[in-house]
Amino acid sequence: MQRILTAAIIGLIFGAGIAISGMINPAKVLNFFDFAGTWDPSLAFVMGGALAVTALGYRFVLKRPAPLFDKSFHLPTSRKMDVPLLGGAAVFGIGWGITGFCPGGAIPALGLGETDAFIFVGAMLGGIALARLVRHAFAKRAATANA
Amino acid sequence: MTGIIAGLVPPFSQDWAWRAAFILGAIAAPALIVSATGPTIPFDSQVPTLWLIIGGLIVGIGVYFGSGCTSGHGVCGLARFSPRSLAATLVFMASTAATVFVVRHILGGF
Repeated sequence: MQRILTAAIIGLIFGAGIAISGMINPAKVLNFFDFAGTWDPSLAFVMGGALAVTALGYRFVLKRPAPLFDKSFHLPTSRKMDVPLLGGAAVFGIGWGITGFCPGGAIPALGLGETDAFIFVGAMLGGIALARLVRHAFAKRAATANA
Repeated sequence: MTGIIAGLVPPFSQDWAWRAAFILGAIAAPALIVSATGPTIPFDSQVPTLWLIIGGLIVGIGVYFGSGCTSGHGVCGLARFSPRSLAATLVFMASTAATVFVVRHILGGF
């Protein structure tokens, strides 16, 4: 229960940050990337600010043996610079550039009741489900080929 | 955000409850701000529905294979000095800027 309540409070803080900072607004996000047009650099401070606070927080938090409500930290272990990482990032950027929505901006936008956010999030969940099917199909085929 | 959401797409991961709580909190915050202070949060989207769907699918596929999005690689990953996250962040920032340039200045925008 503590774990679920904590997650909800962290979600509230995250959503408030995204909403107040303007990351929730697709038009503002697109302007941040439009160097040749209506460039709006202000979102750099949002990412920079979030990064500074997180880096500082991790220095204290990750020194602990474990989080308060779990047995251990769950940090990514992969070190590989592989095709899925860089290809996936490139593909993600195309979708972000078309719509102005990234996952962390679109989820809080649902709370504004915006139709566009619902359409985007529905399609994004479909994309994640599709990607997972493809990855599992390939993993299965590789396992059969090796057997 | 990507990792938390992915555990809520069927088949659900076993620890779906805290993920759902986080997502509901993130959705509730802007709703609470608006109900307390009025329409104080600017929101503007000019993208046609078809392109929202195409873009959403592309984002979902990209963040799943890329193991993260702006929050995962750009904030959490960079904050613990992960080389993978630095590479991913540079790639998706460049890719987004290039896409915005093509859509707005070559294709003429929406």
